[in-house]
Amino acid sequence: MTLIAIDRVSRVFDDPARKTEVTALDDVSLSVGRNEFLCLLGPSGCGKSTLLNMIAGFDHPSRGTVSVGGQAVGAPGADRGVVFQQPTLMPWLPVWENVAFHLLMTGAGKAIRRERAQRFIDMVGLRGFENHYPSELSGGMNQRVGIARALLMNPEVILMDEPFGALDEQTRMDMHAELVRIWRESQSTIVFVTHGIDESLALGTHVAVMSARPGRIRELIPIELERPRDPTSAAFNDYKRHILSLLRPEPASCGADGERRHGH
Amino acid sequence: MRAPTLAARAYARIERAIVPVLLIACWEAFSRSGILPPALLPAPSQVLVAWADWVFATDGNTQTYSGRWIFDTAASFSRVMAGFLLAGLLGTGLGMAIGWSRPVEKLIEPVLQVLRPIPPVSWIPLAIIWFGIADRPAIFLVFLGSFFPVLLSTIHGVKSCDRNLLRAGAMTGGTPGRLLRHIVFPAALPSIFSGLRIAIGSAWMLTVTAEMVAVKSGVGYVLWDAYYFLRYDIVIASMISIGLLGFLSDFIIKRIAARILRWQRGSILQAR
Repeated sequence: MTLIAIDRVSRVFDDPARKTEVTALDDVSLSVGRNEFLCLLGPSGCGKSTLLNMIAGFDHPSRGTVSVGGQAVGAPGADRGVVFQQPTLMPWLPVWENVAFHLLMTGAGKAIRRERAQRFIDMVGLRGFENHYPSELSGGMNQRVGIARALLMNPEVILMDEPFGALDEQTRMDMHAELVRIWRESQSTIVFVTHGIDESLALGTHVAVMSARPGRIRELIPIELERPRDPTSAAFNDYKRHILSLLRPEPASCGADGERRHGH
Repeated sequence: MRAPTLAARAYARIERAIVPVLLIACWEAFSRSGILPPALLPAPSQVLVAWADWVFATDGNTQTYSGRWIFDTAASFSRVMAGFLLAGLLGTGLGMAIGWSRPVEKLIEPVLQVLRPIPPVSWIPLAIIWFGIADRPAIFLVFLGSFFPVLLSTIHGVKSCDRNLLRAGAMTGGTPGRLLRHIVFPAALPSIFSGLRIAIGSAWMLTVTAEMVAVKSGVGYVLWDAYYFLRYDIVIASMISIGLLGFLSDFIIKRIAARILRWQRGSILQAR
């Protein structure tokens, strides 16, 4: 059952200073089913964040349509929870108020906000830190607050833009396990942007491999690996080898933008 | 590191007092030396005697001012507060509107930019003919002096609000009104408070100026009146009173800011 439908979407950015146009996305079509965990994987500049922003409603396609739950996407809204690259929390609010920010925006009273927040604070493992300010927490903990804030809205879909990019390897692996558990518990649909092959294979039910300049989808790969996933297993590495071969420059299109990328 | 010696600890206790005490001692010695006629530069001890009588009516040496200090202070303080609060409310409100909305900015900013460079004291003649000789011209002047610092800092605070926080707010389903109240305003608060601190300084400056010219009460009035009677000890006592009152009001604002902005602790280096 399709939840998110991206239909022949292109996005062209004007560059008035150079009087040129940059095609970030070129004729991209993709559909995401309910309860799927889709990873958008690609090098920087392939338009994966642009695509995510269009689902969120922060950006709009130049051509084509993006719809969520059958509704064309207009403005940002609480039906699509976003976890940003940076935690993007309100620094003047303690953890529980940040988690319940959606309820503040819809005018709920303090008692209700405090009560509703607790379940999601527990879910991301931050019990005991309810009254801390973001400046008093580590990057990983703040990112958990951001995830709890998105979960509390009970959104149709959770959109994550390289949320663990700034974390160290150990914390990132912990967060992966945590996120998979949360995804199962909350029965949500997740679109996750990353440039890490291992990360996409550790998380996704599907991986959409993208190529850059112009941004296109090379292949949508369903990942059939058992969880918890073992990044040293043969099957894992078969997927990895396949994705690597997709990410190598295409000889035909490489000369077109005059830039050569080496696969080292 | 070694434990500080007794002498070092004793020094640390009096460190802050050394320069003021030396200055006062030099001043006392200079006044008594007779280089200047004592009437022109009263010694600190003489100022203290005059001040004591002004405050506590000790020996009646300040004549009509004897025991009136608290009333003079209250008169000045109420003018400062009235003008300052008015400026704080209006400056913050208008600053939010200008910072948030381009159309409002285009409508109002040009007028404000022309009014802003006019020194508030140059409004005194108009203030007197509009409001007469009483509290109101002083409050008007205080308002003028405090309004622009608050306004400009608020605009700056609103404009430097992190766009990503607004995105996060829109993502959580906030209406523009709620985004303004729950994101833009708190984000601008540190900047608003620094505007308020500049404003309280101008507020005292302008109260005293107004009282010298357009009002018949308050510390500034006493200062100018004492000058006519050649009572320089009272002039100096007034100056120090104003200094202390200004310091006290700034201190109060600082404490309120520290309380409201306690979330900044740890994220910002603050000089103690």
